[in-house]
Amino acid sequence: MCLALPCRVVDLLPGEQAMVDIAGVGKQISLALVDEVAVGDYVIVHVGYALTRLDPDEAEKTLALFAELGVAAAQEPTAWSR
Amino acid sequence: MKFIDEFRDRELARGLAAAIGQAAQPQRDYHFMEFCGGHTHAIARYGVSDLLPANVRMIHGPGCPVCVLPIGRIDMAIRLAMDEGVILCSYGDPLRVPASGGLSLLRAKAALGGSGEIRMIYSGADALCLAQQNPQRQVVFFAIGFETTTPPTAVVIRQARALGLKNFSVLCCHVLTPAAIASILESPEVRQWGSVRLDGFIGPAHVSTIIGSRPYEFFAAEYRKPVVIAGFEPLDVMQAVLMLIAQVNAGRAVVENEFARAVTREGNRKAQQLVAEVFELRRSFAWRGLGELPYSALRIRREFADFDAERRFPISYEAVPDHPACECGAVLRGARRPQDCRIFGSVCTPENPVGSCMVSSEGACAAHYSFGRFADAAVAP
Repeated sequence: MCLALPCRVVDLLPGEQAMVDIAGVGKQISLALVDEVAVGDYVIVHVGYALTRLDPDEAEKTLALFAELGVAAAQEPTAWSR
Repeated sequence: MKFIDEFRDRELARGLAAAIGQAAQPQRDYHFMEFCGGHTHAIARYGVSDLLPANVRMIHGPGCPVCVLPIGRIDMAIRLAMDEGVILCSYGDPLRVPASGGLSLLRAKAALGGSGEIRMIYSGADALCLAQQNPQRQVVFFAIGFETTTPPTAVVIRQARALGLKNFSVLCCHVLTPAAIASILESPEVRQWGSVRLDGFIGPAHVSTIIGSRPYEFFAAEYRKPVVIAGFEPLDVMQAVLMLIAQVNAGRAVVENEFARAVTREGNRKAQQLVAEVFELRRSFAWRGLGELPYSALRIRREFADFDAERRFPISYEAVPDHPACECGAVLRGARRPQDCRIFGSVCTPENPVGSCMVSSEGACAAHYSFGRFADAAVAP
């Protein structure tokens, strides 16, 4: 029910609307719930409304953390067994 | 798709699984509840539980709005279409939920021969368009969902007022996440019987984009339960489990945010203001499985009374007992697992659901039926 997808904004339209690209499919959505969205931004879309903007820097940081933890786990013996 | 595929990466998952295996101390057990149906679905679909050590157990929570909707509310929607002759617009998810008299919205739709209609819509804005296109008909939007889905409904109601529509109203069934978490923590299974042990929560993803991480701080402080807000992709869930284990090991109970790419502490202020303008707290609301919970849902404010279907039409909520064999209530509270229900997978299937948890793909029973049930089956060595 709370399914929502990250979509790229490709065009800003009148009436707080925008055209987004969802894996190559164009869809018109509402920007009534968010401020200062620009073309090229990624927004999380739920039932035709953008809920929030995605922060690409934070996404990068999260992915980098996943990788770091995985590498550390592969190298180190189990923490509590030392 | 960007921001999705990276968070399903197999190698990263392997690394996180190893990190979880090292962090989980073999002498203790970890019981974490994922509140949201979105997480339940991700855990079942991607086999996340198979990547966790045996002493880390995930318990499914009540965060599937379709599953917690009581029969009486579906009955109200059906009556609007059958008795009042309205065009009832519903999201797809509630259409198959069993209602009274062997009906569901889908069966009622097929049975309707008179003036009423039931339509599936993608967005509340579609219901508004239908009202504009059919000025001679009454159109009712069956608005269900948690805080993710509420702000769009607020926008639609404000638009209807701006347009001066006289034939559009909303059957408001929006419910509140913090109330449901509080109900779980206060439930006898958790507090008195100790039959449900909870060491922490995975907090909602998209609900939290709206309400922020702050509302969970109360649970961390008051009940000493760690909360980690996580995105709905499998790596997000695994990282959240790792963060919860670290908190439990260190004896900490704070709110942490794994979904920092979309969630802030304050949430979406604009959406919060729109919701506050259009809705107010209901004194009480009936939840399937959890019973009547005080101040756990929203209703439309008096200023927007013209758009409130409960005021416009002569309908009221009547409680209807669930099917006696159905264990949805216990499943929603985390007290039973789907496979513990004796009609799971035999009488009750996604094609012919008896209980609501078998309806939505985010329901604990449907998720386990679709992805997990074969893991339970005994196989020849």
